Amino acid sequence: MKIALGPLQYYWPRVTTLEFYAAVADWPVDIVYLGETVCSRRHELRLPDWLEIADMLAAAGKTPILSTQVLLESGQELKTLYRITENDRFAVEANDMGAVHRMQGAPFVAGPFLNIYSKPTLDVMAEQGAVRWVMPLEMGRAGLEQLQRDRPAGMQTEVFAYGRMPLACSARCFTARNRNFPKDNCQYVCMEYPDGLLLETKESQAFLTINGIQTQSALTYTLIHELEALSRLGVDVIRLSPQSRRMDAVVQAFRAVLDGQESAAQAHERLVPAMPEGPCNGYWHGRPGLDMVLPPQASAA
Amino acid sequence: MSAAAHARPGVIHHHDDARFELVCPAGSLPALKAAVDHGADCVYLGFRDATNARNFAGLNFDEAAIAEGIRYAHDRQRKVLLALNTYPQPDAWPLWRQAVDRAADAGVDALIVADPGLMAYASRQYPGLRLHLSVQGSATNYEAIQFYHEHFGVARAVLPRVLSVAQVQQVCENTPVEIEVFGFGSLCVMVEGRCALSSYATGESPNTHGVCSPARHVRWQQTPQGLDSRLNGVLIDRYEEGENAGYPTLCKGRFDVAGENYYALEEPTSLNTLELLPRLMAMGVRAIKIEGRQRSPAYVAQVTQVWRQAIDHARASQTRYSVHPAWMAELNKVAEGQQHTLGAYHRPWK
Repeated sequence: MKIALGPLQYYWPRVTTLEFYAAVADWPVDIVYLGETVCSRRHELRLPDWLEIADMLAAAGKTPILSTQVLLESGQELKTLYRITENDRFAVEANDMGAVHRMQGAPFVAGPFLNIYSKPTLDVMAEQGAVRWVMPLEMGRAGLEQLQRDRPAGMQTEVFAYGRMPLACSARCFTARNRNFPKDNCQYVCMEYPDGLLLETKESQAFLTINGIQTQSALTYTLIHELEALSRLGVDVIRLSPQSRRMDAVVQAFRAVLDGQESAAQAHERLVPAMPEGPCNGYWHGRPGLDMVLPPQASAA
Repeated sequence: MSAAAHARPGVIHHHDDARFELVCPAGSLPALKAAVDHGADCVYLGFRDATNARNFAGLNFDEAAIAEGIRYAHDRQRKVLLALNTYPQPDAWPLWRQAVDRAADAGVDALIVADPGLMAYASRQYPGLRLHLSVQGSATNYEAIQFYHEHFGVARAVLPRVLSVAQVQQVCENTPVEIEVFGFGSLCVMVEGRCALSSYATGESPNTHGVCSPARHVRWQQTPQGLDSRLNGVLIDRYEEGENAGYPTLCKGRFDVAGENYYALEEPTSLNTLELLPRLMAMGVRAIKIEGRQRSPAYVAQVTQVWRQAIDHARASQTRYSVHPAWMAELNKVAEGQQHTLGAYHRPWK
């Protein structure tokens, strides 16, 4: 199985972002998804900057893929979309049906927001040129088993395996709302929260994370205990979603478990302190997403 | 497939006020009759299972009820649309496929569908059956709508409740597909079809089970701190003495963010676009949808009646249209939290 680094969900300062990807060049990842997928107001890096990063990573032996924005509303956002779908140098991850339409049959990765839950829909995506699909976050092992049996020949499968989950998106910016700023004059306050802004219940349960127009889980999804199962199911790629702290350790932990150099239980224990609010894996087990199910040997330890 | 798709019936290329439609919810046969009797042009309904996004206990239609509903509506020259707008789950494709067959057999006027696989099946199997793209299909731009139109002959698209008026206009100007927008009812603050908050808390979401914040996971608890509303154990809100308690839809609870407790995502409020009606008609929007298949026949009657009057008023003269205070008063009575908003149509909301 290959390791992919998902698109950066947060808004980091330009230098931080450039330094992050400079470091990625040396990490044991195979594929790197690049670009702004959350909010077109974020402008520390523009498309030419992302293309430069893509060149640098390609030179380092990685496969860069340009991810399209998830929520496309304005004409300007469509123009950026066209520049991505019409680029002739890098592969594209389509995160909206508008992006699928603009690919016009050229090969693409069908992103996790396209709602591919069944074989007939996966077939439609294959006809459109999808060469890989990313399982929806809500889907678990049972659904994946079924779709792996059903998937069209040559179609690769990618599974989100680590990170705070992007659960919803809105036209409203919740980070700006927290500061009583209108979205059109948001003052880019999301840059103050490199891993998003925590939302807790009135009894201090870490519930969600506000990240601009996106709402994420507060807990960090992890399938580190399931890498063998994923491999047995024929999954081709696992996706790790960037966080601001110790992302290198996250990548190395997954690599070590995949290579059989460390047990999942050990790696998990090492990673939990790097998670802002702790782990979850409920979706994989067909349970509420915020649940955490430890394998029997791990919970006994 | 594309050439045939373009020839599908029902695609109107020019806007025409006389054909502007009021689309009303029917969670039951009495609600359907109330909608028809009070001036709905179309009613929309769903089967009694996970194939539609209002899969609530005691709601929705079996074959006999649909047959009677269609007869009632057609006798009065109204249309019946069937919502089949959840995503077929990996192991249950036959349930969704059969729902298409059942709807076609029943003689509905259109299917409201979100899933491309299901659209492919419906357009192949029943080329004469009109398809509407559900709001759950998350199409917020004309490129996405064009995709569904070219490949499956979708004749109408329902826009998610996240676009501003200017953005709705941009969509209308760039697609031959009819555009339907939400006019009144519970407000989704997230892009429909792209929200998994409910399954994160409960394991069940609109996409997978046709439910949001499902009632069977709701618990009310009186404690010394107040009245707690919980969703699968997660505290969504806590009401002090004298506060009106609302249903714990999880995006409409009060949470702590950066040391402040407030409606961090959205207030319990209803969408109400009565004042935008002439603008929406002028830009070529073809239909207004009223939310609320989970609401009572009395609600449906009341809301349908107000919107019928407003549409007839706007049709008579778009320039002289004004919102009657009595309409607002009627609608506020049935609005969530007795409040209303223009939502994303009005840019400052964002």
